[in-house]
Amino acid sequence: MSPDRREYPFLAILILPILTVFTAFFVLPVAKLIVIGGSGELGYGAYLSILTTPRHFESLVATVVLSFTVTLTALAISSISGVFLERNRFKGREALISMLTFPLAFPGVVIGFLVIMLAGRQGLVKEITEALFGAKLVFAYSMAGLFVGYLYFSIPRVILTIMAAAEKLDPALEEAARSLGASRWRVIRDVILPALRPALIASGAICFATSMGAFGTAFTLATNIDVLPMTIYTEFTLNANIAMAAALSIVLGLVTWVALYAARSLAGSTVAAAG
Amino acid sequence: MRRGLFFYLNLAFTLVVCAFLIVPVVLSVMAGVTENFFHGIRSGVTLRWLVEVWDLYAGTVYLSLAIALACLVCDLLLGVPAAYVLAKKSGRAARMIEETIVLPVAIPGLAIALALIVTYGGIREFRASWLFILVGHVLYTMPFMVRSVLAVLSSFDFRTLEEGAASLGATFWQRFRTIILPNCRTGILAGSLMVVTLSVGEFNLTWMLHTPLTKTLPVGLADSYASMRLEIGSAYTLVFLIMILPLLVALQLYGQPRQPKAKPIDEPDSETAAPGPAAAAARPTT
Repeated sequence: MSPDRREYPFLAILILPILTVFTAFFVLPVAKLIVIGGSGELGYGAYLSILTTPRHFESLVATVVLSFTVTLTALAISSISGVFLERNRFKGREALISMLTFPLAFPGVVIGFLVIMLAGRQGLVKEITEALFGAKLVFAYSMAGLFVGYLYFSIPRVILTIMAAAEKLDPALEEAARSLGASRWRVIRDVILPALRPALIASGAICFATSMGAFGTAFTLATNIDVLPMTIYTEFTLNANIAMAAALSIVLGLVTWVALYAARSLAGSTVAAAG
Repeated sequence: MRRGLFFYLNLAFTLVVCAFLIVPVVLSVMAGVTENFFHGIRSGVTLRWLVEVWDLYAGTVYLSLAIALACLVCDLLLGVPAAYVLAKKSGRAARMIEETIVLPVAIPGLAIALALIVTYGGIREFRASWLFILVGHVLYTMPFMVRSVLAVLSSFDFRTLEEGAASLGATFWQRFRTIILPNCRTGILAGSLMVVTLSVGEFNLTWMLHTPLTKTLPVGLADSYASMRLEIGSAYTLVFLIMILPLLVALQLYGQPRQPKAKPIDEPDSETAAPGPAAAAARPTT
């Protein structure tokens, strides 16, 4: 169509500014980071150091295990509460939803501090355990503390996606299953969960990627546990090993990007298959 | 339907989850106004810590607000036109551009910050100015603006409206100004709220990009958590909460224009609402 073609210069004017900014400040810098990652004493072998250097490999494993556990837990918790809140109307429901999504915009540092309030040396858990059992329980600065912090920022994100998906569930399907004699658990397993699958995959991937890259929470808790972002930060600031920091951060970026990309195509195909 | 045991078990579970999220916030707020947290609230309520925080860190609050607003202006100027072009074009180049623009969401902030430092860290005036942080924030928040506007554009048939206006003699810019922009306002509003909220709370990038003279609120928070007493950290957190609370409330009200969560019944309504203002917007050009 000819009027379409006449619009090209205008469209170019509209998209050119963002193209310039992203080329100058994103594409080129990331390209440079990739080159610098291969400029250290290991050369491009630095990209394999995450597998070959024990300290880096342990950090990778710890981060993946932590992120994966957090994701599964957040999905389980959010599915129960999300479906419940979407299905039932009762007094105070709106307030509950507001409270569950309230921490959505907290930065990682604040969440780290909240974990300290909960489980730190002057924390609530310490006070309660001391009063009840006479033994102080302080776990903010350990792997458990990180787990609690990551769970804290994951639940609000996941719950929003699950609720949006649960809204589209057809209650008639469940009633049909129930009238055919299916138990409550069969209905959950065979009707509700399959219908929620795309939402679970999508929000699970976001949760996993966010946990892999989370820096603020670990930074505030100042633990000795080296999650990958902390390892990168240490390489950069303490060891001044910029090449290694660059290589590790490229690898980390690749892992999170692959997780999100895989989930997107997976969730997409499920939606297509269901439709 | 009668509410059985299952309902109350679910409710109890959800209340526990709620408590997990809210109790630490309440503790922190309390600690921020308590004379001595170790001795509890009985030691007295005070605004002393808040005053002290303001003396020490007021600058970080102003800088964070300035960066968030500047970031919003950049995202509006760059992102809204881009979203329109991306909605209009379906070719491979358009999809590649879209992928690139939303990529910063998938990459940890640490990596983006490192990339900026190794490329532009050598330009001292730039490195030392708040503009260095602004660049990082624009990259990080842009996907949210673009996606939010794209979502609205894909929900109504703007091409037909444009064709109608064009056949009546409206120029490209007239159509962009009077059809596209007014119809995208829910998406622009939602995106704007998201951008400001994210920028004010951004830490991962900012920690790497800041200098002692360009400290933002979250950077100051990390600083106070590491080196100040618990009460000051808490009071500072309280200042942060007060700042983002209006944003969060607005986000809950206007954050998801396409999926009104509170009242699902509204959904068909918002579908039919789209052509209404669209037609009205098309009218002045006739």
